Amino acid sequence: MARMPVQFRLNGSDRAVFVEPAETLLGTIRRGLGDFAPKFGCGQGTCGVCTVLVDGEPRLGCLTLSVTCEGRSIETASGLADGPTLHPLQAAFMEHFAAQCGFCTPGMLMAAKALLDRNPNPTRVEVVEAIAGNVCRCTGYEPIINAILAAAQQRGARRA
Amino acid sequence: MLEFRKDLFADERDDNLNVIGKGEQRQDMLGHVTGRTRFFDDHGFDGLLHLKVVRSPHHHARIRSIDVTAAERAPGVKRVIRGQDVPLNKNTLLSLIDFGKDDEPTLAVDKVRYKGEPIVAIIADSEAEALAAVKLVRVSYDPLPTVFDVQEALKPGAVVVNETYPGNYFEYHDKYDHQKLRFGDVEAAFRTADHVLEERYQMSPIEHASTETNGTIAAPETNNRYVVHSCAQGLFFSLGTTAKILALESNRLHFIGGTVGGGFGGKVDSLTEPLAVLGAILTGRPVRYVLGREEEMQFASPRGAERHVIKDGVMRDGRIVARQITSYFDAGAYTRLTSYGVVKCVAHMPGPYTIPNVRGDAYCVFTNRVPATAMRGFGVTGVDFSIEVQMDKLAHLVGIDPMEFRILNAYRDGDMKAHRRVAHNTALIECVQVVAEKVNWPLSETARRASSLSGGGGPRAAIPPTVTDESGRIGRPETRQAPPQLTPGAAPLPAHQPRPAVPVYQPPPAHQPAAALPNYPAQPADAAPLPAPAPPVPNAPAPPQHGAARFSSVFTRRR
Amino acid sequence: MPVNVRIVQGLQEAAGILASDRGAQLLGGGTLLVRDINEGVMTEGTLLRAVDPVLLAMNTGGARVELGAGVTMAMVLASRDLPYLHAAARGIGGPAVRTTATIGGNLFAATPYGDFTTALLALDAVVTLHAGFGGARVMPLVEMLANRARGGVGLVASVGFSRPAGADAFRFVKVARVRPKGVSVLSIAAHLPQNGGRISGARIAYGAMGPTPLRAKAVERVLEGRTLDAATIAAAKSAALEGTQPATDAIASEWYRREVLPVHLGRLLAGETS
Repeated sequence: MARMPVQFRLNGSDRAVFVEPAETLLGTIRRGLGDFAPKFGCGQGTCGVCTVLVDGEPRLGCLTLSVTCEGRSIETASGLADGPTLHPLQAAFMEHFAAQCGFCTPGMLMAAKALLDRNPNPTRVEVVEAIAGNVCRCTGYEPIINAILAAAQQRGARRA
Repeated sequence: MLEFRKDLFADERDDNLNVIGKGEQRQDMLGHVTGRTRFFDDHGFDGLLHLKVVRSPHHHARIRSIDVTAAERAPGVKRVIRGQDVPLNKNTLLSLIDFGKDDEPTLAVDKVRYKGEPIVAIIADSEAEALAAVKLVRVSYDPLPTVFDVQEALKPGAVVVNETYPGNYFEYHDKYDHQKLRFGDVEAAFRTADHVLEERYQMSPIEHASTETNGTIAAPETNNRYVVHSCAQGLFFSLGTTAKILALESNRLHFIGGTVGGGFGGKVDSLTEPLAVLGAILTGRPVRYVLGREEEMQFASPRGAERHVIKDGVMRDGRIVARQITSYFDAGAYTRLTSYGVVKCVAHMPGPYTIPNVRGDAYCVFTNRVPATAMRGFGVTGVDFSIEVQMDKLAHLVGIDPMEFRILNAYRDGDMKAHRRVAHNTALIECVQVVAEKVNWPLSETARRASSLSGGGGPRAAIPPTVTDESGRIGRPETRQAPPQLTPGAAPLPAHQPRPAVPVYQPPPAHQPAAALPNYPAQPADAAPLPAPAPPVPNAPAPPQHGAARFSSVFTRRR
Repeated sequence: MPVNVRIVQGLQEAAGILASDRGAQLLGGGTLLVRDINEGVMTEGTLLRAVDPVLLAMNTGGARVELGAGVTMAMVLASRDLPYLHAAARGIGGPAVRTTATIGGNLFAATPYGDFTTALLALDAVVTLHAGFGGARVMPLVEMLANRARGGVGLVASVGFSRPAGADAFRFVKVARVRPKGVSVLSIAAHLPQNGGRISGARIAYGAMGPTPLRAKAVERVLEGRTLDAATIAAAKSAALEGTQPATDAIASEWYRREVLPVHLGRLLAGETS
């Protein structure tokens, strides 16, 4: 089967890559472009460790075909920090011990970013709903929820 | 929130601590939040090949034939690996510490013993091509009868799961079909006990379900070595296992790992390392072998099923005088680590309680289930659950508050454990007291004043005359009911035992009636008073306590 | 040959390919088909991606609602005209699944998935089908699901239904063992229009209580013409299991599903949260 050319923007950089027709976005980002931040956990949409943003919306890299991403803008956890300056979510995750093994963290951060970009002042219930598709087997979620709420607060304080 | 109770064991602890009690950033956290942490799969290689395995659809079957010709010709396929390609196609994980016999093939050859057992490995240019070729392998089977229940598997004449262990049990000490614990005479104690309670507990297998599935990338390195990015929880254990199975000098393997995307015990079996390295050897290219989610959930080793039968003799005053535990661990089709989990289970009997007569029998049983392995609290969690539920039932039976019942029976420093080790650094009494305080659970004055530091030792340190037996000799199931014989006990507590000075124990006042207490069922008005533990040894030494030793298993001297 | 992907513009063309190529499947959000590729279930054949804007059309303002098969759960949730469907849409996966999971795909989700279809069934929805190169035809969802069970359907272009009578006339519950959400133990959708305090034209649908979402006709008969009081609810609960054929899977046993269905139906009818 002929490979297909795809162009999209990854964390602000324009990238062009040839993909297998049924190649997933996760596979393309990781093995095609070398950004290993999003992970493979289940391949079936139940764990969320592959969560990336496509045009600002949370998407599962393992269920999205790369050929459907032509011309889109894709964000991964690798692009969260601004140079050496961490994104407020990253800083809050560090501060609140919101990671243990770290495997769910890149997806968790992107799900949280999708929430805060649309809803800067979420309630706890909204935070829980926003990460409802992201499995963490280590922390029991509470530190993650607290970190996201703290990041929202901190961003709010900075805007004020 | 964390709270440090410095009032407890204050004289045994060094409080000049630099880290404990203070916030400390983890060194790996920055990598986690920036996505820079590299797990085994986060390494790019040119020319990376992908390995997938053909798995048995049967729980138990003889393999009549394996035809890989179509798979070998499939698009993208670089190599097909079969059992005969594996240099040492029979291994047991704990052979590295000389425990148990080799019993498990990397790729099944003549027989499959559980559903999902790997038979053939396919290496192809892409995962999709490897998966497509897996479907082209033709294996013909003669299905065999199966056994899934541990007690069924132990019966004479049961289906033989694993020919290395023809009785379907792991062989302990080259002598017994189970692991034993004998202390005192439970039968005599049952005869004199006020109540005897026998209950059965069991738990199903549990999958660790780590978010990262098991996997390995292996690649040829310089100097005829292989670099191995592994998910293993025990990296050098996996290196040793891989070296053994592949008959390689271990210095030809360069294992990189330690960053595990969730393990919980599920990444100690070297499920993927040997085949990935073998693939790299046979193809000369980097090979990646990662389990899919369904493979992980169904065929990667879970915590095995357990069954515990507990029979206790208890006096009306609340003292447990005898405990007999018979445990069955379902190893699945191969030993892996269950044999060791059973030893840990027995080491945990009879729970953190001083009981003068204990008998334990624990079996590591082979069935046609997926092989089991370690999981958090390996060998201990199931029996602990069972013991603690049993404790609640016993407390109810004798009409004593369950918290007080635990304090009454808890180990105290200086007590002899059923394993003939003296208990020290015990703290169950204090734990129960703190928990009761936290949840506003009323305790009697006696229970509040109890201490693990006092009242132990003395007669409680004695090794009683013990009934031993030859039951359960290998190959002789009929001896499981062998007649017991009495062996003499040993002297109490050795004099060199370091232990804090034992204050004179005041006999407690009558147990407080619980009727006024809102949180749990009132006990009967005629409940017996909490008895005093046996009196202390009058001349117990009070050696200087090594401050740092109390909570450290590392510094604790073996006795 | 590995799986191929074909991108086609028009629905007609897609329907024609589906009819002529047995190895071709229409790709919705990918939550079912790409999963099959990842797990090695689908190792050959063609995924058809139709980019016809008709698939994304939403006519939600009037009494008659029409939703393109490519409309996602996130689009349903973003629509102020469809509050009665929000509970069902929110029940599908996490936010990242809902941005891709489509109404059309949900119609083909095997039990215990397909909770949105349960809601559509209680709305008495019809589907617009393209089979082969011919024109479109409209078919009741019930019939389409029966065809699905037999293996052949065609291309679903859209679903249509009448907006429920009032805010309280449509209720939905998804029962899962994981909070805030997990795969269905079962789901129940109820359309309960009332006329002078009496139910008229009740439609009850279950998810995960059979091979496809199904209508609870016996419960509907019990409810018809009665007020929604304790006696009616008790009668509905005793009729709840008629016609159900739940499966045993990793989420629940068929016994468990049968045990809890009447309880949750009773709560839904009483307006209590499960």
